Amino acid sequence: MYYVVTFATLVTMALALIRALIGPTVYDRVLTVNMFGTKTVLLLSVIAFLAGRPDFLDLALAYALINFIGVLAVLEFFKSREVRRQQERDVEQENPPGETG
Amino acid sequence: MSRASDSPADSQSAGTRLSRVIVLGVLLAAAWLLWSGYFKPLILMFGAFSCAIVLITAYRMHLFDSDVFELRFISRLFRFWAWLGNEVVRSSLEVTRIVLNPKLPIKPTVVEIDSHCEHPVDLTILGNSITLTPGTLTLSIDNRRFTVHALTENGARDIAGGEMDRRVRALRSG
Amino acid sequence: MDQGLINFVLDIISWILLTAGAFFVLVGGVGALRMPNLYTRMHAASVTDTMGAALVLGGMMVQAGLSLATIKLAAILLFLLITSPTSSYALAHAALLAGIKPDAGRAADPEGHA
Repeated sequence: MYYVVTFATLVTMALALIRALIGPTVYDRVLTVNMFGTKTVLLLSVIAFLAGRPDFLDLALAYALINFIGVLAVLEFFKSREVRRQQERDVEQENPPGETG
Repeated sequence: MSRASDSPADSQSAGTRLSRVIVLGVLLAAAWLLWSGYFKPLILMFGAFSCAIVLITAYRMHLFDSDVFELRFISRLFRFWAWLGNEVVRSSLEVTRIVLNPKLPIKPTVVEIDSHCEHPVDLTILGNSITLTPGTLTLSIDNRRFTVHALTENGARDIAGGEMDRRVRALRSG
Repeated sequence: MDQGLINFVLDIISWILLTAGAFFVLVGGVGALRMPNLYTRMHAASVTDTMGAALVLGGMMVQAGLSLATIKLAAILLFLLITSPTSSYALAHAALLAGIKPDAGRAADPEGHA
């Protein structure tokens, strides 16, 4: 029965990858990375039972932590980039041709 | 670090604060013992050291000024989780029906609600509960005003009804 | 009660939970592919994060019985249930700030998506 879960998880990972490839905005891709991470956590816990190695559960927990922090860090990066771009646009609007900074 | 002034409900004696420190400390120690599984003196010392660091950090973050680490709150939390779990199951089935429907009958709606919660902890719990329920998604929280994206008008109506807001508020003060 | 019978019943329960979890995981993946825009995709993804994860991990908890593995699975589940809405909110908020509109007229008809 663990094979059913493993199969479903792998198929969902593939679907998420397709969405990551076509997903128009960068935020779609971050969403799929997040989904992929959750699926990895599930897959790791299933493998722990499939292979009879409970220590994989610790890996799953550590992966969940890293995934969370990673997604937040990436989003913070994009947010600050967005803010910077907006400021540059505002500066350009205020004094169009003149001095370049 | 000067102590920030708290809302009146949060000001209380050192005794209650100490009990909260103890609750968190016991939780942390239990987690350490479960995960390490070693009972050598050196490892136990590392554990005590880690717990102490977390407690000091939590103290400096003023975490003990709110009643999150009280047994009363934790017992209420479990009842809230039971209700939330029921809600999650219901809306999951609804979203599943939509996704598997060939026509994809979605009707994205944006609703704005004013929460009656004031404390940041309550606002966080409410926002996360809304997002956790499939079919509704918190877009932004601006000073008690929640902007919520709903997949269907049904979900939007549920949020606008304010049941979740009431339950979250009852968590800490009811 | 017969020990064998109890084990059999527990096996059936965990089998049902795992299969249902696999189903919801799959639904989330399909939904993320089918939905027309970012915010609606996030609704689909949250089905996997909540129902899928809860059922799969719950099924394994039933299988593990009262043991250290169950506590670890519960910790993983609790952690996922707390972090997934947090990162969803961060994502939605960042997308909103970046100017991605939630294209939802309050009474717009969603006929265009097929």
